[in-house]
Amino acid sequence: MAEKQKKKLEVVQTLDSDESCQTFVLHDEDHTLGNALRYMIMKNPDVDFCGYSVPHPSEHKINLRIQSRGPPAADILRRGLTELNALCEHVQNTFEGAVEEYKMNQAMQQSTDNTEPMETG
Amino acid sequence: MADLEQIRTRVTLTEHEVINTHSTDFPGNYAGYDDTWSLAKFEEKFRVNIVSLEGSELEFDMVGIDAAIANAFRRILLAEVPTMAIEKVFVHNNTSIIQDEVLAHRLGLIPIHADPRLFEYRQEGDDEGTAEDTLEFHLNVKCTRNPQAPKDSTDPDEIYKDHKVYTKHLKWVPLGNQAELYSEGDIKPVHDDILIAKLRPGQEMDLKLHCVKGIGRDHAKFSPVATASYRLLPEIVLTEEVKGERADRLVRCFSPGVMEVTEENGVKKARVVNSRLDTCSREIFRHPDLKDCVKLNKLRDHFIFSVESTGALAPDVLVCEATKVLMGKCRKFLSELDAAADTEQQNLR
Repeated sequence: MAEKQKKKLEVVQTLDSDESCQTFVLHDEDHTLGNALRYMIMKNPDVDFCGYSVPHPSEHKINLRIQSRGPPAADILRRGLTELNALCEHVQNTFEGAVEEYKMNQAMQQSTDNTEPMETG
Repeated sequence: MADLEQIRTRVTLTEHEVINTHSTDFPGNYAGYDDTWSLAKFEEKFRVNIVSLEGSELEFDMVGIDAAIANAFRRILLAEVPTMAIEKVFVHNNTSIIQDEVLAHRLGLIPIHADPRLFEYRQEGDDEGTAEDTLEFHLNVKCTRNPQAPKDSTDPDEIYKDHKVYTKHLKWVPLGNQAELYSEGDIKPVHDDILIAKLRPGQEMDLKLHCVKGIGRDHAKFSPVATASYRLLPEIVLTEEVKGERADRLVRCFSPGVMEVTEENGVKKARVVNSRLDTCSREIFRHPDLKDCVKLNKLRDHFIFSVESTGALAPDVLVCEATKVLMGKCRKFLSELDAAADTEQQNLR
């Protein structure tokens, strides 16, 4: 219950307040989001370094480190998440389209299979 | 330049190692390439091709995506797409030889045919459950002697009644308004012939079971798939012509259907027919005279997915749900970022 109220995203506090280099803690996440997000963020040319780690396998959290060439790390993270979200949307639409097309082809093939013996008979 | 393209787009199988396994297409890594992320470029290249969809099995190709994201889909399919499974077993009576806790564990693993999207997660600490988050089943079986059995019979199927407890004995009991929302056929175990326990005359089971929604990360019984995996599309390139007896040997190094021997003017020649069927055994490297005739690669961005559902949801629906789960994660952290930015603004004022 208490966990529900806890924040899912935290920033590791450091002595210097350099906004372009930050480590984010993503609670309740693992390699699934960690690696996908790292890939998207590394595709950003403003990013100097991006990496993630799972501090301990029985703790459900990851540390995501972002070092940029200027813009705040939070903005880089936001852009990465937005791009990953848009990518998923496209994957979903493409996949659904492919399934629909496949099912239509199957149905068509079946109907021609059914009518053929009738024509010859 | 050709080498660079090879490193960027292929994983190469050599005699003693697999090389170029990592994605390197990031901005700044290669001069002359623009590797900056572009949704338009991705949409242009990305395609999905359904190879087969029969019953609970699905095979499809996903092309033009990085392993990091394809792997996220695979992992989500295994551990984060929810299903319904038996979580609480109330044992009123169990005189069978199978212990309560072992029985409860067995029951938990039974795939339940119910659409998890129509249910909520049960709140922590709630033992009762409501119609929105719980499905109730009753299992009430008592084994007796069969009075009509032939006298000299020793076959348990003949001399006992109800001595095998199957999933078909599970009776769904609608809670609240569930009887109006779902029909008898919607809510049931996926298979009605899974053997749960064996009884002998006088032994009985009287159980109340609660199914709840959950994810595979919490317990494997909630995993919606039997398997979800992918492999990369193999590519076999012949670097020189292989003729005669060597051609026969070359073809035998690969899985059936990958290569074939053709005869031209009485000369046998090896030819690649369908590299997709290859298991990438690398048998070729055991033949010193043949190993330099071929290059074994895998296409880095061509994933051959195979998804086998446990039966609660169709496999194509599961893949769609997986993409939605990943989108949900993105949105969750985007709203967290927005909330953090808002509080910062307020602090500045």
